[in-house]
Amino acid sequence: MFGYVTRRVLSAIPIALIAVTACFFILRLAPGGPFDGERALPPTTLANLRAHYNLDLPLIQQYFIYVWRLLQGDFGPSMVYNDFTVAEMLWIGLPFTLMLGFSAFIIGTIVGLVAGALSAVNQNKWPDYVLVLLVMIGLVVPNFLMAAIMQLVFGVYLDWFPAGGWQAGSIPHLVLPITVLVLPHAGRTARLMRGSMIEVLGTNYVRTAKSKGLGQRLILARHAIKPALLPVVSYLGPGLSYLLTGSLVVEQVFALPGIGKYFISAALNRDYGLVLGTTILYMFIILAVNLLVDIIYAWLDPKVRYS
Amino acid sequence: MAGITGKDAVLTEYAQRLETLDAPKGRSLTQDAVRRLARNKAAVVSIFVVVFIILFAFVGPYFLPWTYDKIDWTGIRKPPNFEAGHFVGTDQNGRDMLARIMQGTQMSLIVAGVATLVSVCIGIIYGAVAGYFGGKVDAVMMRFVDIMYALPYILFVIILVVMFGRNPVLLFVGIGCLEWLTMARIVRGQTLSIKEREFVEAAKAGGAKPWTIITRHIVPNLTGPVVIYSTLTIPEIILTESFLSYLGLGVQEPQTSLGTLISFGSPVAETLPWMLIGPAVVLVSLLLALTYIGDGLRDALDPKDR
Repeated sequence: MFGYVTRRVLSAIPIALIAVTACFFILRLAPGGPFDGERALPPTTLANLRAHYNLDLPLIQQYFIYVWRLLQGDFGPSMVYNDFTVAEMLWIGLPFTLMLGFSAFIIGTIVGLVAGALSAVNQNKWPDYVLVLLVMIGLVVPNFLMAAIMQLVFGVYLDWFPAGGWQAGSIPHLVLPITVLVLPHAGRTARLMRGSMIEVLGTNYVRTAKSKGLGQRLILARHAIKPALLPVVSYLGPGLSYLLTGSLVVEQVFALPGIGKYFISAALNRDYGLVLGTTILYMFIILAVNLLVDIIYAWLDPKVRYS
Repeated sequence: MAGITGKDAVLTEYAQRLETLDAPKGRSLTQDAVRRLARNKAAVVSIFVVVFIILFAFVGPYFLPWTYDKIDWTGIRKPPNFEAGHFVGTDQNGRDMLARIMQGTQMSLIVAGVATLVSVCIGIIYGAVAGYFGGKVDAVMMRFVDIMYALPYILFVIILVVMFGRNPVLLFVGIGCLEWLTMARIVRGQTLSIKEREFVEAAKAGGAKPWTIITRHIVPNLTGPVVIYSTLTIPEIILTESFLSYLGLGVQEPQTSLGTLISFGSPVAETLPWMLIGPAVVLVSLLLALTYIGDGLRDALDPKDR
């Protein structure tokens, strides 16, 4: 197990490096720059600005400088918000995005697993039909539409929760954003869980357990749950990726102070530092979760560990 | 010998009935699949819904008094008004919402079609090559897919779209490049089993080159899973497109797409509800119907799931 974990951690390093490189060069090879304003800057000012941000050096040299600084935890300056470094801006938004993302992730996974398992155990009875329909709605309604509907219904008409904004420590402000993030994630998880659970419940060893007289609950707990979890666990990595993408929209619609809020405007302004910083941060979160998922997978399925 | 099993008698009778054309016919695999699909009520209804939406988007505009970019100066932000020909109202610029919804649906369907084609092509070629050559090639290629899976690649698409301008072609290709990963995995898995079959061996013995074997012998045998998965990809792509459009990175004015319409409709939904309801209903019913069709096709074509 220890060898497996070490191998996985080591293999994540080149992935991160490739992604940083790709991102860096895509950004730089694109036309336009951070100082293309409405009014053209005087050439000397522009040259000074470019020199200040090292933009006048050859691209390859800039790349090495960037990576070297990155290794020391320095994301460089923001080119549009002059008073902040990228690290400072990300540091302000990160705790919020993580809190939002992981609460939605945990709630959504649990809700999805329970719903999927319930629906599989009651296959083709009414709880199954109701759950499948709910799951369909969660899957099909895009998060930006769901956000608008939630704001309108629960924020404006019923006035149960605030329709947007954020006050530190206020739970009601989080209810709607988290619900919007939870629904699609729970839907996908439930769909997978239902499918794999139905498959497991049809296997020979479950039939054996039934025929030797074990109760339903014991069969589920001892024999069915663990193998049924496998496909769901391998979905959790991509699932988190979807969720973070969703948080881009949710942070904008509900005016929340996370790192997603800056991403679009930063990309439009060609704020190289901020776009790269945000992407890299998202990527590291996702890589870390994927690593965790792989380790859980190996724990659940011994075949993976020893191959 | 003829009398022991009665086989000859049965066969003779069958041959006679064949000649008089009233023999019971066998069913092909395709016919089986179609029958199973036709028994799935949700899928059948969904097919009608999708056909209706396609007609609505492409034929509907010819029956409207207004075009999607025409401004009616007397009807700005007006609720549905049948006399003026604005059947679901107008937007803030006085353009007819129904015409705009039709144009937006058209755009979303075109993006979905083209991007699905791109993703299917990339996925098939990539998966077939990885599966066929196996070994190190396979390991490296599938490792790359794993990496791509792990990355927040929608961020890359946003960066691409923003940086290289809002070119519709780039939008199609960008989204297509985003969605081929699962297709590649499925195709690879199928290829691994197909390449061990006798006809591939025969082709090899006959001196066929790897590329010929892949295109002539392996790819045609992948039709089933590819069709199933493509129908499941279409709703994903419509979602991605509407997501990008919602962020303001999709098609440009005066053209529109369902995502763009929703992004304009949702801030004003309290005062001008018709601007949100129309596009939202079309988008959700389209996605719902496509998902049901995909599920139905999978159940119909993939017997092992039953």
